[in-house]
Amino acid sequence: MTTLVLAEHNGQQIHNEVRHAVSAAQHWGQPVHLLVVGYQSEQIANQAAAIDGVSLVLHTDAQQFAHPLAEDVSKLIDTLVADYQVILAAHSSFSRNVLPRVAALADVAMISDVLEIQTDNRYVRAIYAGNVHTTIQSRDAKQILTVRGSKFSAADLNGQAEITDITAPEAFTKTRWLSESRIETDRPALNSAKVVVSGGRSLGSAEKFDALLNPLAEKLGAALGATRAAVDAGYAPNEIQVGQTGVTVAPELYFAVGVSGAVQHTAGMKDSRIVVAINQDPDAPIFQVADYGLVADLFDAVPTLTNALS
Amino acid sequence: MKILVAIKRVVDYNIKVGIKTDGSNVDIDGIKMSANPFDENAIEQAIRLKEQGKADEIVAVSIGSSANQDVLRHALAMGVDRALLVEHDAEVQSLEVAKLLQSVAEKEQPDLIILGKQAVDDDAGQAGQMLAAILNYPQGTFASELTIENGEAIVTREIDGGTETLALQLPAVVTADLRLNDPRFVKLPNLMQARKKPIETLSASELISELTPRLSLIKVAEPPQRKAGIKVDTVDALLQQLRTKEGIAL
Ligand SMILES: Cc1cc2nc3c(=O)[nH]c(=O)nc-3n(C[C@H](O)[C@H](O)[C@H](O)COP(=O)(O)OP(=O)(O)OC[C@H]3O[C@@H](n4cnc5c(N)ncnc54)[C@H](O)[C@@H]3O)c2cc1C
Ligand SMILES: Nc1ncnc2c1ncn2[C@@H]1O[C@H](COP(=O)(O)O)[C@@H](O)[C@H]1O
Repeated sequence: MTTLVLAEHNGQQIHNEVRHAVSAAQHWGQPVHLLVVGYQSEQIANQAAAIDGVSLVLHTDAQQFAHPLAEDVSKLIDTLVADYQVILAAHSSFSRNVLPRVAALADVAMISDVLEIQTDNRYVRAIYAGNVHTTIQSRDAKQILTVRGSKFSAADLNGQAEITDITAPEAFTKTRWLSESRIETDRPALNSAKVVVSGGRSLGSAEKFDALLNPLAEKLGAALGATRAAVDAGYAPNEIQVGQTGVTVAPELYFAVGVSGAVQHTAGMKDSRIVVAINQDPDAPIFQVADYGLVADLFDAVPTLTNALS
Repeated sequence: MKILVAIKRVVDYNIKVGIKTDGSNVDIDGIKMSANPFDENAIEQAIRLKEQGKADEIVAVSIGSSANQDVLRHALAMGVDRALLVEHDAEVQSLEVAKLLQSVAEKEQPDLIILGKQAVDDDAGQAGQMLAAILNYPQGTFASELTIENGEAIVTREIDGGTETLALQLPAVVTADLRLNDPRFVKLPNLMQARKKPIETLSASELISELTPRLSLIKVAEPPQRKAGIKVDTVDALLQQLRTKEGIAL
C-alpha cells in the first residue's frame, strides 16, 4: 500500500509545509505519492518532484482547480482513495477544508493536527487549546490525518520523482468561486518565519500597531502576528492571528508585545524556541511561557529595542 | 427558508481543564459547561438572517445527554424557534456527529445548516465538512461573512494569507469563524421564557444503529511545560541575553 500527501501551493510556489508533511509520511515506510492539483501548475509539479522521499507526483491540471474548492478536490481524491492506506497533509486552512470531506466520503474518522505519529495507528494531538495532549488510536483500516508541520523535519530537495498526469472528475457545479483577497507583503510567511513579532490589544490602534511593530519586524526580518483581541479591535488583519483558532507558529524567536498570554494565544506559539515577552504587568500569564520577560511599558521598550538593533 | 444550527456542549472556554490522576481522561466533573463559542456565532448569524427576512425558521440541534438541554435553552433564549436534542449518552466524534446531523437534516429539510468551525474541546474542526460530504452539499467553511442573495449563500472564508468568497447553491453547509459576528447577550426574561419552551427529543440509536467511535482514547497527559524563564530589567539586558546566551545575531 501507499501513502498519499496532498500538496498545497499558491499557484507559483509549493508550500514549505509540504516538505514537513512528506517526512511525516515516511513513518509508514511505504512509497509516498504527492498530489498536486492546480491550473497551469506544471512548475508546482516540478517542485513537488524535487522533494526527497517522494516516489511519484500525481498531477491534475484543470481549469476548475485555478481556485481549488474542497468539493472538487475531495471528489478527485475519492477516485484515488482505494489505492492508498494513508492520506495526509500539513495542517493548513486548505487541508482543513478538504480532508474532512475526503474522510467522510471514505467513511474514515479523521485525525486533525497530529503532533506525533506512533506505531499501531496511535497519534498524539492537542486538545483544549493545547492544555492537554491525548494519545488516540484509530481503528480504521485507512488513516486520514493532518500533521503540524513544525513537529516534523523538512524533507530535502534532492528528489527526482516521476510525474504522472491524472484527469479530474467533472466539476462540482453547486459552488462558485467569486473572489479572493490576499495581503501582499515582502515579509516571510507567518507559519514558516524564523522570527515572529506579535502584538496585542494594548497597542491601542491600527496606526500604533504598525508604527511600533513594523520597524521592529523590519529590523528582525520577522513576520508580524497578533492576538485575537488586536484582530477584533481592527489593529491587525485576521490572517495573522496566532493561536488556537488562528495560525500555529514555532519560530526560533517569538516576541510577544503587550500580549496577556491567554491559553488560546499560547496554544499557537508555545513551541517557539525562544520566547520574549514585553508586558507592563509583572503577573501577566505570558511570563510563564517566556524565556525572557521584560516588565516595561511597550511604548518605551519597543522603540528602544528597535533602535538598539543593528 | 429554514436554518438548522448545530450546538455542542463543551467545557466553558475560560476554564483550564485538569487531568484525572490515572491519566485516563480529562477531569471535567462538576465543571462549568457552555455552548461551544463558534456555535454561538452560528446561532447569532441564523437569527440575523431571520431578522433580515431571509429565514423564517431556525432549529437548534445538540447531540448528547439530557444535560445538553441547557445549551439548547441558551439557543432558545438567543432567539431560535425550536430546539432538538439527539440523545446519546456516550461520546460522539465528528464523523458520528455528521451522520446524526445528516439524519436530522433528512427529517427537517433545512435550506442552510450552520455549524461552528471547530469545537474548543476536541479542536477537531471536521463535522461541518463531513456533513457537507455525506449530503453532497456545497460547503463554506471558516465563514467570516454570510449573506443570502438570490437564493444563494454568499460566504467569505478565512484562508491562509487572506480571504476568499464563494457562492453556494442551497441547501448548503456553512461553518462559523469567530469573526462572523458578536453573539448577543441573553436577557434574563428571555431565559425565563426559554425555560418553558419544549425541547423535542430523538434518540441517537433510532437515527443510526451503528454508532461506535473509531478513535479510542489511550491516555491524556499534560503537555511538556516550557522551562521557567528569567526577567530582565532593561532592553540592553534583554539584548545581552539574546546575543551572548542564545547566540542570536541581532
Ligand atoms: C473560542 C476562543 C478562541 C480564541 N482564539 C484565540 C486565538 O487563536 N488567538 C488569540 O490570541 N486569542 C484567542 N482568543 C482570545 C483570548 O482568549 C484572549 O482574549 C486574547 O488572546 C487576549 O488578547 P491580548 O493579550 O491582546 O489582550 P488582553 O488580554 O487585553 O491583554 C493586554 C495585555 O497588554 C498589557 N499591556 C497593556 N498596556 C501595556 C503597555 N503600555 N505596555 C506593555 N504591556 C501593556 C496588559 O498588561 C495585558 O497583559 C480566543 C478566545 C475564544 C473564546
Ligand atoms: N455533540 C454535538 N452536537 C451538536 N453539534 C455538534 C456536536 N459536536 C460537534 N458539533 C458541531 O460541529 C462543529 C465542529 O465540531 P468538531 O468537528 O468536533 O470540531 C461544532 O462547532 C458544532 O457546531
